[in-house]
Amino acid sequence: MSTPLNLAAGTPSSAVSPVSAIGPIVGLENLRKTYQMGGTTVTALSGLSLEIQAGEYVAIMGPSGCGKSTLLNLLGCLDRPSGGRYFLGGQDVSGLDDDALSAIRGARLGFVFQSYNLIQQLSVVENIEVPLFYQNCPEEQARQIATDLARRVGLETRLDHKPFELSGGQQQRVAIARALANDPLVILADEATGNLDSASGREILGIFDDLRRQGKTLIMVTHDVEVGERARRIIRLRDGELESDTCH
Amino acid sequence: MLAIGEGASFKAQEIIKTLGSQNILLRSQKPGEEEKVTNRRDNYVLEYGLKNEDLKRIRNTIPGVETALPARVVRDYVWNITVRVDVDVVGTLPEYPIVRNHPIAMGRFFNQADLDAAESVCVLGKEMAQKLFPLDEPLGRDVRIGDNYYRVIGVMELRTTGSFSEGNLEDAGSASRDRMFIPLETARHRYGEVLFRRRAGSSELERVALHEITVKVVNPQDVIPVADAIKDVLEKNHKKKDYAVVVPLELLKKAEETKKIFNLVLGSIAAISLLVGGIGIMNIMLANVTERTREIGIRRALGARRQDITTQFVIEAVILSASGGLLGVLLGVLIPFAVSHFAGMRTIITPGSPILAFTISGLIGVVFGLYPALRAATMDPVEALRHE
Ligand SMILES: Nc1ncnc2c1ncn2[C@@H]1O[C@H](COP(=O)(O)OP(=O)(O)O)[C@@H](O)[C@H]1O
Ligand SMILES: [Mg+2]
Repeated sequence: MSTPLNLAAGTPSSAVSPVSAIGPIVGLENLRKTYQMGGTTVTALSGLSLEIQAGEYVAIMGPSGCGKSTLLNLLGCLDRPSGGRYFLGGQDVSGLDDDALSAIRGARLGFVFQSYNLIQQLSVVENIEVPLFYQNCPEEQARQIATDLARRVGLETRLDHKPFELSGGQQQRVAIARALANDPLVILADEATGNLDSASGREILGIFDDLRRQGKTLIMVTHDVEVGERARRIIRLRDGELESDTCH
Repeated sequence: MLAIGEGASFKAQEIIKTLGSQNILLRSQKPGEEEKVTNRRDNYVLEYGLKNEDLKRIRNTIPGVETALPARVVRDYVWNITVRVDVDVVGTLPEYPIVRNHPIAMGRFFNQADLDAAESVCVLGKEMAQKLFPLDEPLGRDVRIGDNYYRVIGVMELRTTGSFSEGNLEDAGSASRDRMFIPLETARHRYGEVLFRRRAGSSELERVALHEITVKVVNPQDVIPVADAIKDVLEKNHKKKDYAVVVPLELLKKAEETKKIFNLVLGSIAAISLLVGGIGIMNIMLANVTERTREIGIRRALGARRQDITTQFVIEAVILSASGGLLGVLLGVLIPFAVSHFAGMRTIITPGSPILAFTISGLIGVVFGLYPALRAATMDPVEALRHE
């Protein structure tokens, strides 16, 4: 089943270029990130280069402090690199301003967080609609898309429930539905199963497998070897540098 | 609050309507310091007030005066067989209805011939006519004051000014007595110059030539200079301040000034309360923004621009302050209502002021909500997502 999303009604921001059909969906060239801590400079990523093709399922692994979250923030356009270049769908996004990055996030990226990050005062269906709201999607269309996605993650009976009325696994499924709402180029997941019991975790990983089969590009950060094994490709970081990049 | 100020100037406008902006009213009044002396002495005749000479001087020496209308005003009972009404008996000239702009409802006012012959005719006020003759036509009937009978030849129109008494301008709250009119000459014959008054156990005699003089000015612009000239003339010829000069136009100006000061004070109070309220809203919104840092991060990650976040929080601040404003408007309508009802003060709610109040409270939301909203919008998305 292919995503029945058509956001033609929403006006795509001029900051978002059309996706190039050739080349990788993510391309990093010597990407660097440093943090200024008082007088000292902390290097979180020191010149990372890699490519990720459309439809790949990638796990980013490594010990704590190696730069996984930093990399994911850069990939998610939540932060800007200190050096190097980042191509997303063929477009160089490393030099864009805040508004342009917001537009890219809204149109091209989907996030799944460790702690679900649902908006507590909104219902399930309203949470899924949030990205569509910022894409100026008409109300009825947004409701239609959100309802369809809720059905896909098995929550069609919980549309009007608030997040605190749901289990962790259910909340994470809402978060996945929300990440799919804008039909993103890449889905970024940061320890998506970290807060879940093993049964719920397997459920979420099952949904990720489905998404990969549908051709979605998935990048997830994890320190759990078992979770990492589910991905086709494992990128290992150490001290802000690429340690290994293996496919199996 | 503004309603009270509006009411005050409305009262002055009513006085103007009754007396006419072209008129100046002179009234006799008992000089203050004399009162204590006369209270204990029965046979002393207190002489004070406006004289016939004053009338002549005003008529002859002050330019710009069109007419000066004298009147003797005596409080008395008027009877129709067994029905009694407490009235002011006004002895005056035939010009009274024109000068005082008080039209006649039926019959006629007395004329020069009635005056010259000192006829026993009278014109009743509308209210007393209804009290004295509840069932039949008053015209042609006789009413009695003391031992004298007067033929009713006319009835005046009702004065539209409910709370305002002509005889007692400063004290507009006192019950106004209806006026009954008789020719000035008739009044002189019947009442003489000396009036007997009984008050609080002791009686007193007083001699007042004229109780009031209504001066009509040729040019409305000249009211104030003419009034000043009259004040000068009276001051020269009266040892004591046994008269009062009422200039409706001055009253209006005073009322307007009072209103201005009132509005200024109220305006400052309002400004301070708005400031305090605004800071309150700012505090609430700052706390709100801090509490919802995570939500802000989520929305930013899902594509919200800074501007979207700003808009969201400004709208929330406006909703907060506007609902406060709505409550304020409700109180602002109810309180003047209560003030009129219980304090008897006149209040007017101009349709603009609730709208203004509501608009201002909305604007307060924008102004004081902007800073917290900008704080929310400029948060770093990564930091915001990590919050808590
Ligand atoms: N905001 C920040 N300010 C300063 N240093 C930071 C900041 N974020 C991360 N770092 C540093 O960058 C390095 C990589 O951090 P991070 O990407 O969070 O690692 P991981 O997610 O793999 O545990 C660490 O040394 C960390 O201390
Ligand atoms: Mg981390």
